[in-house]
Amino acid sequence: MTVRIRVIPCLDVADGRVVKGVNFVDLKDAGDPVEQARAYDAAGADELCFLDIGASHEKRDTIIDVVRRTAEVCFMPVTVGGGVRTADDARALLMAGADKVAVNSAAVSRPEVVSDIAGRFGSQCMVASIDARRVDESRWEIFTHGGRTPTAIDALEHAVRMAELGAGELLVTSMDRDGTRDGYDLALTRAIADAVSIPVVASGGVGNLDHMVDGVIKGGANAVLAASIFHFGQHSISEAHDALRAAGLPARRNS
Amino acid sequence: MAETIALIDYGAGNLHSVHNALIAAGASGVVVTADPDVVAAADRIVLPGVGAFGACRDALAGIDGMIAAMDERVRQDAVPFLGICVGMQLLADKGIEFGDHQGLGWIGGTVHAIPAPSADIKVPHMGWNDVTPTAGHDLLEAGEAYYLHGYHFDAADTDDILATTHHGMQLVSAIGRDNIVGVQFHPEKSQAYGLAFLKRFLEWKP
Repeated sequence: MTVRIRVIPCLDVADGRVVKGVNFVDLKDAGDPVEQARAYDAAGADELCFLDIGASHEKRDTIIDVVRRTAEVCFMPVTVGGGVRTADDARALLMAGADKVAVNSAAVSRPEVVSDIAGRFGSQCMVASIDARRVDESRWEIFTHGGRTPTAIDALEHAVRMAELGAGELLVTSMDRDGTRDGYDLALTRAIADAVSIPVVASGGVGNLDHMVDGVIKGGANAVLAASIFHFGQHSISEAHDALRAAGLPARRNS
Repeated sequence: MAETIALIDYGAGNLHSVHNALIAAGASGVVVTADPDVVAAADRIVLPGVGAFGACRDALAGIDGMIAAMDERVRQDAVPFLGICVGMQLLADKGIEFGDHQGLGWIGGTVHAIPAPSADIKVPHMGWNDVTPTAGHDLLEAGEAYYLHGYHFDAADTDDILATTHHGMQLVSAIGRDNIVGVQFHPEKSQAYGLAFLKRFLEWKP
């Protein structure tokens, strides 16, 4: 076979607590990111993503502690995004047990941070997180700070630049679709996936399993990220794997 | 007396994850160390590694006496050795990543960039893929493991290839000879498959 399509649950974390609760399984403390990570590890998630949405520089130690505790009990790859501004921020997360760091706003204001991180720790750990909004039929612009701040930067050009600077993966989130459950912005995902030779993760808008399949077949994504569809027990990781395989795509078989 | 497993600390990013996984796999005597004397007396040696070949090589060579201690303990005393990801690639004669870099030269071969032959084959090779053993080996069972790499081990002698995987082309998944094994995948991030692999390494009597 070939490399499997990855199914990635994403946990939003603020001040060390999960923001949107997970209730697909009985947890002692549903607000504890480590408890939730364990549940996804046991469920056979292909990777896990922590997004530190309350990230302020003073509170960096909180997410680092979450990553360290997760790495003690979970043996799956973990990507951490939110508030990563420098190669030293990345280093602290990687040494705590993260496998990849996602850089968003800092990569827009200071793109050389991407080559700094890739140069010091390798492209394989450098994820460029791209939040884009559609501004025209086939044009998207980069927004930063959780989709609130427009930059007038063309999303496709930015994506290509991130790859050239050494990013090893692109996490592409449609800010138009995020939270809608209407499915990924497939045209956005496809445009970026076709323009780069590094893996692309589709994000923003998953409402059902077909959306994930579409993200790969129509959007050209190598991985699919989702949050509420898993957190609220609508579907399990293995159901997502089954749906991908039923569509003829390579996906893991959960034992 | 419990065995001492030396996990070499030369700044590799996956050091703590490998440490955690070895403990979860049942190891009791893991010593995270940058001390060549500890390595020279260890019963088993694990070399982690992520990132760039040259940077890892330089960091390892930067610890005075470490490579000599590893060489003596692994190649003369024949204690079991496991290299993970770049820790596996360092076994090669050389790595071609941002220039040519000399490797340990324990297993013949060169580390090259994975070619990206089509839009369908993205590099880095990132995600779960097969581990397909080429022949019977105590440590390697067929299964799925997590890979995260842009460079691959091009072996000089195909007899040293213990397992393969496929991403656009056939890639070496595991390599080794006698008491030496290196894996391209990350057992510390490969859930049940990875922990079972590490458990086999801890019990391995080559």
